[in-house]
Formats: sequence, C-alpha cells, structure tokens
Amino acid sequence: MTFWGPRGWALGVVNTERWLWWEWVRTHPDDILRALREHVVFTVVAVVGGLVLSAPLAFAGTRRPRLRGAILGLAGAVYTIPSLALFAILVPVFGLQRITVILPLVGYTLLILVRNIIAGLDGVSPSLKEAADGMGFTPLARLLRVELPLALPAIIAGVRIATVTTIGLTTIAAIAGLGGLGQLIVVGLNRPMRTAVTVGAVLSVALAVLADLGLGGLQRALTPWARRER
Amino acid sequence: MTARPDPAAAITFDSVTKTFPGSRQPAVAPLDLEVPSGEIVVLIGPSGCGKTTTLRMVNRLIEPTAGSIAIGGVDVRRQPATELRRGIGYVIQQVGLFPHRTIAQNVATLPRMLGWDKARIGARVDELVELVGLEQGMLDRYPAELSGGQQQRVGVARALAADPPVLLMDEPFGAVDPIVRGRLQYELLALQERVRKTIVLVTHDIDEAITVGDRIAVLNTGGVLEQYGSPDDLLAHPANEFVEAFLGAERSLKRLTLAKVSDLELSGGPVVPADATPTEAREVMDREASNWVGVVRGDRFLGWVPREALDGQGTIGEIEAAPPAALVRPASSLREALEVIMNSRSSVAVVADGERFGGVVTLEKIRAGLEA
Repeated sequence: MTFWGPRGWALGVVNTERWLWWEWVRTHPDDILRALREHVVFTVVAVVGGLVLSAPLAFAGTRRPRLRGAILGLAGAVYTIPSLALFAILVPVFGLQRITVILPLVGYTLLILVRNIIAGLDGVSPSLKEAADGMGFTPLARLLRVELPLALPAIIAGVRIATVTTIGLTTIAAIAGLGGLGQLIVVGLNRPMRTAVTVGAVLSVALAVLADLGLGGLQRALTPWARRER
Repeated sequence: MTARPDPAAAITFDSVTKTFPGSRQPAVAPLDLEVPSGEIVVLIGPSGCGKTTTLRMVNRLIEPTAGSIAIGGVDVRRQPATELRRGIGYVIQQVGLFPHRTIAQNVATLPRMLGWDKARIGARVDELVELVGLEQGMLDRYPAELSGGQQQRVGVARALAADPPVLLMDEPFGAVDPIVRGRLQYELLALQERVRKTIVLVTHDIDEAITVGDRIAVLNTGGVLEQYGSPDDLLAHPANEFVEAFLGAERSLKRLTLAKVSDLELSGGPVVPADATPTEAREVMDREASNWVGVVRGDRFLGWVPREALDGQGTIGEIEAAPPAALVRPASSLREALEVIMNSRSSVAVVADGERFGGVVTLEKIRAGLEA
C-alpha cells in the first residue's frame, strides 16, 4: 500500500502525528475507496450468506420444536467464540484467503438472523395461518405470501443488527491482511500514519450508520401496512 | 349471483367420529347429520362439545377418525384438501384478514389464487363490497384501519369471493360488541336471502342460534347430538332436560320473537262489519269479553267503537270510530304484536297487510298459537 506516497516525503511536509491531515486524504483516494469497497463486499457477502443459511434453518426450527433448540444452541455456541480466536483457528486451515474472513463473519450473523426469523414467523397470529389454510393455501404459498411478509419487520430488524455487527467485525479482516477499512487502521498504527487510522475508523462508523438507516428505510418501504393504524 | 340454492351443496355427516391422539374420549361421537342445501344450520353446545371440530372436519382442517362427510353426495376426501377448501367459504371469529394486504387484496385472495383475470376480479370485488355493505373507499385501506364489525364484513366478503356453495362460520360474531353483533346477524340473514348458501355456523350463543338458524343442532359434551330441529321446534318441544336447560329460561318469550303474526289464526275476535246493528255489536263484545269493537267495511278497518257509544240507533258504521293506535303486519313477530296489544285500549292488535285489513291478534290467540 502506498499510504505515504513519495510525493509527501519528497516535499518534506509529511505529518504522521496529526490525526487528520487532509493532504494525505487528498492524495490517497484510491486506497481509501478500495478499502471501503472491500469492506462493503465482505459485509454484503457475509450478511447475504448468513441469510441464505439461516432462512432454511429458521423454517426448520419453526416447524420442528426439537430442531429449534438444537439450531439456536449451535448458533449461540458459534456466537460465543471470540472473533480473533476463530480467525486463528481458520488461518491454518484455509490460509490467508477471503474464505478465512467470510466464514466467521457468516457464523456470527447466524444467531442474530435465525433468532429474528424465528421470532418473526412465531409472531404471525395463528388465526391468520388458520384463515390461509381454510382458504386453500398450500404450505409453501402460506409461507411465502402470508408468513414471510408478516415476519419481514422482525427479519429486517435482524438484518440491521447483523449488518452493523458485521461492519464492525470486518475490520478484523485486516489482521489477515485481506483489506477492508481495518487495513487503514492497522497499517496506519504500524507505520505510523495517524490520519489513516482516523479515516478507517470514521468510515467504518459512517458505513454502519448508513447501513442501519438504509435498512430502516427499506423496512418502512416494504411494510407500508405496519404504519397505518386506525 | 343466483338466489336459488345450489342443489349439490347439501352436507351429509355419516357416522363421523373424531378422537384426538392421546385422548380416550371421542371429541365427536358418531355423528349423523344432514345439512340441507341453502339453509343455515347452527351447531351449538357447551365448550368441549366438538362443535368447532365438527365444522373443521368439513373443510378437512381436521380429519375424522372414522365415518365420512359428503358435500352434494361427493366425499370430501375425493379431492386434495387445498382444492376442497378453495370451494368452501370459511369465516372465523378472529376474522384473520391479512394485515399486510389491503381490503381489496384480501377480498381478491381466492380469485387471484384461482387465476381469474384482473377485470373479473375487480368486478367481483365491487359486487362483494356492495353485497356485505362496505364502502368503496375502504378498498385501499388496511385491515387495521377498520372497526371490528367492518373487518367481519370483509371476512364474509373474502369467504364469498369465489362464490362457494358452502360457507363455514366459526363463531363469526363472537368478537364484536352486542350491538354490532345484532346488526351483523341481521345482515347475514339479508345476505342469505340473496345468496342462498349452505351455511354451517358454530356459536355458543343460543339467542344467536335462534335468530339466524333455519335449524339448530344441539351438541353435548363429547359431540353427542341431543336434538336437531328448527328453532321453534326446539323451543316448543325440547327433546330432554339438557336441551331445555341449554335453551334457558323464557322459552315462550323467545318463541314470541321467532313466530310471526301470519302463523296465527287471525279471523274472529271483537270485530263487526259496518252494517251490523248495535245489538249485534253488543253480542260480539259480550262474547269476546271486550268493551271495544272493531268496525270493518269491506277490507278496510275503520276503527274502534267503545261500548258506551252504542245508542241503539241505525248501524254501527254511522258511529265515529277511533283509529287504532298501531298496526302490525303479517310478517311482524308475535313479540311486536304483544307490544301493540299492551299499548292499545282495546287490548287487540290490528293486522294490516298494506292497506288491507288482515284480522286481529289477541292475547288468547297468541297463547293458542304458542300451544299449537
């Protein structure tokens, strides 16, 4: 990485001590944007992967009460493993690859997502399921057209928490040297180049806030019925 | 929409039994019941009598342990349960409107599932909204924006959407307040006049059963059928103590609500033609133990003449008659007739069929009618 471009040194105006040195920000847009893009990609892949895995697990859990305990227990166990420890375990297995970062991130989203999807599906009133059955909905049609839409607020709430959590955790990817905003922080601390630390930290916080607001807006857009009360 | 009952919509229960797993007592004992096409049959009984279980076996939300149920002679198990249910309207107490769909979308649920085209669905929704007494303006609202009574109407509209010959209603008016309940019961009867569905309705409210039922099936704990007959039949001749206790006190008063003036013998009573002499009028009054006599010319009721107005001259038609305070129609209930009798000086209710004199109702006639 070229956080301290030769131009800066040559000009003799490098200021590594300052927490915000605009000259560095101005001269390193590519590095900053790449870190941001990597961060977003990690987060999206982890959350989408988590959703793909947790949706069938949650459906199974709501249909079979005994499975539910096992699924939530397993997801809870994964959640309790410290993230650094999990990376440490996976590095010898997969080496310094993206999968080493993605796997733990997906694992951490599971508990949040499974729990929220189950809570959302459980929250659908039995009378609605009875009405749907009585009208001749097939089980799949009932799930897709009645239960899932009604569980959406709880599911999106889970996605919000999972996304914000993942954005925070993804900074860990830098330890494996796999990029993301954490890379700015780690390298900035090592060199040192304090401005890089600031940029990495501020951008990850901003990303988390934006994701949270965006998903909140998405939820309101998708559930117009939830806001209209008599 | 036809007003004739679908002849293929009678429901037959043939030795239907339901024993739930883990229970030794059957929830429904072998039950034989014939629900005639185009009638409202009410299942009533204490909790645990299997009335809801019986209802839900018709659309196979619960499968019988033994026996069979047929609609129009066709066993309900002949087709897949989901197919069967699409041909049977189902209304439940909690209504079960989908909160994430608008009123129009809720009503259109089944037509959409059946693949109707847009124009046909739109026309059907409009028709149903009018039928159940909702406003067009409600169509784009969500269920949470409607009152309980309005939601129940939407529930009925949704159940009728695909014009099923059979309608199952599980305590449909149980969740609304008594005033709205009364109105919804009346609306159901008016609706039934137009659609003539075969309706099975579950309730625990005997007054509701008497009001809406063409026939009532009284079930006892364990799904034992104690009596099956018309409301008047039950009230006049309860089969046993259980039915009698279930019908409650004031059986005669309940029958007054049910029976119509036209059910009574309306001729006779303290009435004379306008050309009768005072002597003849006095004889009629003595016979009827009345101090008033009604005067009729042709098919018109002229009014009441008191005993003291009879002066022995001419005909009774020449005496000025006091008009009746209130009239009852042949379709009025005996209860209404009783109200008029109580408020009338002559203790007689005059029956008018439009302009035409239709006879009179006295206390004696009501008593005789209830004994018949």
